[in-house]
Amino acid sequence: MKTLADCKVGTEGVVSQISGSDEISIRLLEMGLTPQTKLKLLGKAPLGDPLEIEVRGYRLSLRKSEATRVQLVS
Amino acid sequence: MTSLADTKVKTIALIGNPNTGKSTLFSALSGIRQRVGNYPGVTVEKKVGKLHLKDQSVELIDLPGTYSLAPRSPDEMIAVDVLLGRQSKTNRPDAVLCILDASNLERNLYLLSQILELELPTIVTLNMTDVAQERGIEIQIETLSERLGVPVIPLQANRGRGLAELKEAISQIPSQPKREQHSPFPEEFQQAVGELKTFIEEQEGEPLPRFLCERLLLDTSGYLKEAALTKVTAETETKLANLRTKLSEQGHPVPGVEAVSRYTWINTILDGLVTRQERTKKNWSERLDSFLTHRVFGTLFFVLVMMLIFQAVFSWAGPLMDLIDGGIGGLGEYLAANMEDSALKSLFVNGIIGGVGGVLVFLPQIFILFLFIAILEDCGYMARAAYLMDRLMFRLGLSGKSFIPLLSSFACAIPGVMATRVIENRRDRLVTILIAPLMSCSARLPVYTLLIAAFIPSYTFLGGWLGLQGITMFAMYLVGVVVAVLVAVILKKTILPGETPPFVMELPSYKFPSLKIVFYRMFERGWAFIQRAGTLIFAVTILIWAAAYFPQQTGDIPTEYEPRYIAIEDKQKELANVDLTSEEGKAKQKSLEEMQETLDLDLAAYQLEQSYLGQVGKWIEPVVVPLGWDWRIGCAVIASFPAREVVVGTLGVIYHLGDEQDEESPSLRNTLRAATWEGTDQKVFNVPVALSIMVFFALCAQCAATLAIIKRETNSWGWPLFTFVYMTGAAYVAAFFTYQIGMLFV
Repeated sequence: MKTLADCKVGTEGVVSQISGSDEISIRLLEMGLTPQTKLKLLGKAPLGDPLEIEVRGYRLSLRKSEATRVQLVS
Repeated sequence: MTSLADTKVKTIALIGNPNTGKSTLFSALSGIRQRVGNYPGVTVEKKVGKLHLKDQSVELIDLPGTYSLAPRSPDEMIAVDVLLGRQSKTNRPDAVLCILDASNLERNLYLLSQILELELPTIVTLNMTDVAQERGIEIQIETLSERLGVPVIPLQANRGRGLAELKEAISQIPSQPKREQHSPFPEEFQQAVGELKTFIEEQEGEPLPRFLCERLLLDTSGYLKEAALTKVTAETETKLANLRTKLSEQGHPVPGVEAVSRYTWINTILDGLVTRQERTKKNWSERLDSFLTHRVFGTLFFVLVMMLIFQAVFSWAGPLMDLIDGGIGGLGEYLAANMEDSALKSLFVNGIIGGVGGVLVFLPQIFILFLFIAILEDCGYMARAAYLMDRLMFRLGLSGKSFIPLLSSFACAIPGVMATRVIENRRDRLVTILIAPLMSCSARLPVYTLLIAAFIPSYTFLGGWLGLQGITMFAMYLVGVVVAVLVAVILKKTILPGETPPFVMELPSYKFPSLKIVFYRMFERGWAFIQRAGTLIFAVTILIWAAAYFPQQTGDIPTEYEPRYIAIEDKQKELANVDLTSEEGKAKQKSLEEMQETLDLDLAAYQLEQSYLGQVGKWIEPVVVPLGWDWRIGCAVIASFPAREVVVGTLGVIYHLGDEQDEESPSLRNTLRAATWEGTDQKVFNVPVALSIMVFFALCAQCAATLAIIKRETNSWGWPLFTFVYMTGAAYVAAFFTYQIGMLFV
């Protein structure tokens, strides 16, 4: 399964689901990363982590470890 | 019949996402008439203001900024408790004012969809309509208001636009709401909530608000069970598990069902209401962002900004602090010259004025740091700074948000600790607060400077580029950082355990900072410091003054000083018969003054020696001897409890030089070099002793102001006490090894 963490900068994708049900997964859902949502990977911080994405018309940062929970429609 | 007053709202809660301009709106509505306190048992600040309308005044409660009303900790529970009237010492709000970011409406509506379920009259205010317009976003406000079933007021809080309309809307809120019950959840889920509500009412003997029943069903962390219910039985667990299994079978798995339902609702609400102009090129905020988060330029810019802030707090504050010191000192001298010698005079000159000075002297650093922080926050760079630094701080188990508080602590831990407010996670915030005082602040510099200049040889290497004195100074900074890293790791593994909190946060769009807001925040922080920490710092200073002043030697001059006193009296008599304008007279006058002065200094040292402070110093000598210290150093260290830099002045008094000494004084340097153990000719100070003192000061918590501000920020005495104990312990152990190992080489 392809996740957001595997993507290159500039990739656009659609969320298929968020894995897990702990605090981090809930937070990702609350921030709008629900299934069928479009997103775009805008960039990475200078040390390669965290990532910056565009989702629902705003910019969101999340760590790589958190991005592995964001599964994308292949 | 109810009177008119009863039909009006009395209390309103203000809530919204972070970065929506909520604090700006709060200040715009309530002005400076606000009370700041803490909710019991948590670190959340409680802000209440008064909003004056045409014919009524309303209490406005500012709730902490949040993305969602899904509490998983006591700090997050506060907002829910206040809104449901479960917070005992806070009035239950009659209405909610929810602020939304118009440029990011979709995600902001998530919180609103939760608030609408609280069955309280609600007003929505759309802030940053200008930013939205700039980005080509048009919102049909009237239709939005119809669909939501609540008034929607457009606003530009930073320019004060829309405030009059908002106030009008607030004064129109009926106290008895007639709103249809709102729920974005599917039918099956609502039934499950109803079932749970009935079950809990039977269990608890009284009803639980529907919103909390819903949260209970959704909360998989287990926190809410403990927070909302008086007893959790096996039956409760079974009930929850069964309901969740059933929902999962129906295709609504907990907790995912919440976000899916709410965003589906949001899409229905916004359908056809928001138009975005297609943009072919990036707007200025996006272009700026690709530069500011760029691998090379972004990092460079970040380093430059941090250097600027550090430099400003570190050096620009200096002249202002000197000015305050000078003003306070001048006042002290004026009083000293115009008052009779008495305990009262000493209380005024050395106690009260010193205490006031000890509080005020921190203001320049607080003002300057918060000027920068307010600018960075208001323009949107603060979130980027955390973004850039997160990877680095993550290794310590912290997040990028801890970076600026820790960096500013190198100048002064007080504004540093106050700056931890940006960290929402309680555990991260506590760890940052607890290690911030380990960063070598500017108050340690006089101690380092004095001892390095006196005892560290000025060898240089690499053709003068590298000096031993400079290396020693650097080592002191390093000791603090290394211990801070260790402490952070240990704290996370012991008393503050748990997963590293998520770094899922919004990177707000850039905007030009508003001067009004920036200055308002700066003064607010300064005032908060004086109000909440000032009294404590003042009290400690007075206490240490009293310990050094009492017991005052009474009347008689101690026998050992009597001959010198008589000699002075003889000289005075002799001088009465000499022409003071003659050469001989001038010389005699001068020699008399010198004798008088040395006697005064010796008496001051004697007074300190037999004061309570001196007694304690002697009493603890066995404890400090393993560090290579004599009772005088021990005594000076205790006296420096209100503030580290005081140690230099105290050493001056103890070594018969008076309290006017500073770290640059050659006489103090020479005296320290010559000092011997009492009754022997063995030198007190050598390199290991100097290093041991420096290491002690690098790690100790000798700063009443820092402890006072930790008390204020954590809302408990436990954490400042813990800080003091662990830092003093670490300082003692490190000083012990420094001295003992150092002595092997001497």
